[in-house]
Amino acid sequence: MTTCLTGIQIAHLIDGQFPDAVEDAQPEFATVKSESLVEVLTWLRDDPDQEYKFLSSLTGVDRIQWFEVAYHLESFKHNRAATIKVRSSDRENPSVPSVVPVWPGAQLQEREAYDLLGIRFEGNPDLRRIFLWDGFAGFPLRKDYLNLPGGQMPGLERFPGEPGAELSGRGTE
Amino acid sequence: MTIKSEPFVVNVGPQHPSTHGVFRLRLTLDGEKIIDADMVMGYLHRSMEKLAEERTYTQNIPFTDRTDYLAAMTGNLAYVMAVEKLMDIEVPERAQFLRTIMAELQRIASHSMAIGIFANDCGAWQTPVMHMFRDREKILDLFEMACGARLTLNYMRIGGVSRDIPDEWMPQAKKLLKELPKRFAEYEDLLLSNEIIVARSRGVGVLTPEQAIAYSLSGPMLRGSGVAWDIRKADPYAAYGKIDFDIAVGTNGDAYDRFVIRLAELRQSLHILDQALDMMPDGPVHQRLGTSTVQPGTQPIAPLVFRPPVGEVYSRIESPRGELGYYIVSDGGPSPFRFHIRSPSFINLTPLKLMTVGSTLADAIVILGSVDIVVGEVDR
Repeated sequence: MTTCLTGIQIAHLIDGQFPDAVEDAQPEFATVKSESLVEVLTWLRDDPDQEYKFLSSLTGVDRIQWFEVAYHLESFKHNRAATIKVRSSDRENPSVPSVVPVWPGAQLQEREAYDLLGIRFEGNPDLRRIFLWDGFAGFPLRKDYLNLPGGQMPGLERFPGEPGAELSGRGTE
Repeated sequence: MTIKSEPFVVNVGPQHPSTHGVFRLRLTLDGEKIIDADMVMGYLHRSMEKLAEERTYTQNIPFTDRTDYLAAMTGNLAYVMAVEKLMDIEVPERAQFLRTIMAELQRIASHSMAIGIFANDCGAWQTPVMHMFRDREKILDLFEMACGARLTLNYMRIGGVSRDIPDEWMPQAKKLLKELPKRFAEYEDLLLSNEIIVARSRGVGVLTPEQAIAYSLSGPMLRGSGVAWDIRKADPYAAYGKIDFDIAVGTNGDAYDRFVIRLAELRQSLHILDQALDMMPDGPVHQRLGTSTVQPGTQPIAPLVFRPPVGEVYSRIESPRGELGYYIVSDGGPSPFRFHIRSPSFINLTPLKLMTVGSTLADAIVILGSVDIVVGEVDR
């Protein structure tokens, strides 16, 4: 069975090596400061006790207050998995460092996160839109896409009687 | 005398038989040699991740059929397992076995297509594909008996499967399992040492194990490069922990090895099916969940609206194409706050430039065939 490290465990490990690189630790993940991200991930990849040589998945999430990128790492040697996150609170122009120098497998996934969420990955050698065309207005996976509350389409109720249904932006007129 | 020459751009696709869908490869050629390769995708982008944010957890299951439409069962399974992990739902034993059986039947159907189409790309025009369709049809018949659909199956449910198999299912499945080894032996005879396939694919698109890991490859692409990593073994889900099977591993990391691994995995899937059909216990196929209403004498149905606790989950399985993962962020509401599909077809394309630059245009077709992409899953 793959052992999933909790955010607290992985934060503790990182703390031992890079004091004050960890911003936040939750049961599921640890958040690392943007400026030490590449350093921490390179250490996680190369340290013989960690060996997270496989970047399983890279995803962007719009948390409304901030944007975050989640890195799901996997160590084949120790059969372990861990989740690291990084935040960017700049709503207009979010940007995080690119991890393509650490794992070239991040290339297309960073382009996807840029295309759909507008997160810029500083240092990515080829950051272009991937699914949508150049000139597409806005970033559709953002919650404020088309300026609709919650990013929802007008006319589509969340659920009848659901708290927050009035936020769904449906036309009441 | 010197002849003036300049690079020439060739568009392979979007409508091209070897792109297996609407996928475009923009190759810059110097003579016949590729000097640059660029992928253009998104022709089949249906923004499933955005759509899923508006729908309930149960309503999202049909979307997972339509990502990898050649392996809808594993798409279903990966998604419902993610929600079950998020909500801590236990799945009954019989449902676990049914899931394993369906996933392995799907793997045979999907690998058959991959093998047939790869042979097609190598120059064996249509005959192998038609042979493979013959097997695949029988498996689709079994799916039809179990859930009424052949392609977009929508069979798995959060907490189990939608319905139990009918009485006639088991004899027909056992009959098919008796037939298939003969067929596979035939394919191995015809294809494994086929001169054309060997000449076209040996030493083409080589990736070392280090490259394969660094480029986040999974499935037959990763195992073809000699990395023995299979999520069914490393992190057993459904009933795989109780079943004995081997991981097929390649040595050279070329297109031929990936093809051989798919053939070998057909045999392993049969081996798994043989055991799973015998071991499957009786019992319910769906977990009774709190809010479901069950009429006497009918199948229990899933509750209409799930509200998982606030949190997030990343759950992955070994689909025929590799690691298929679902990343779900829940805000406690009835639909996911964020829904992300880690699709193996998409990520397996990352080293395409590395594999194609320096080879010839004809090799690029074989390399793309060996990656075995499904464009529905690339673009989502």
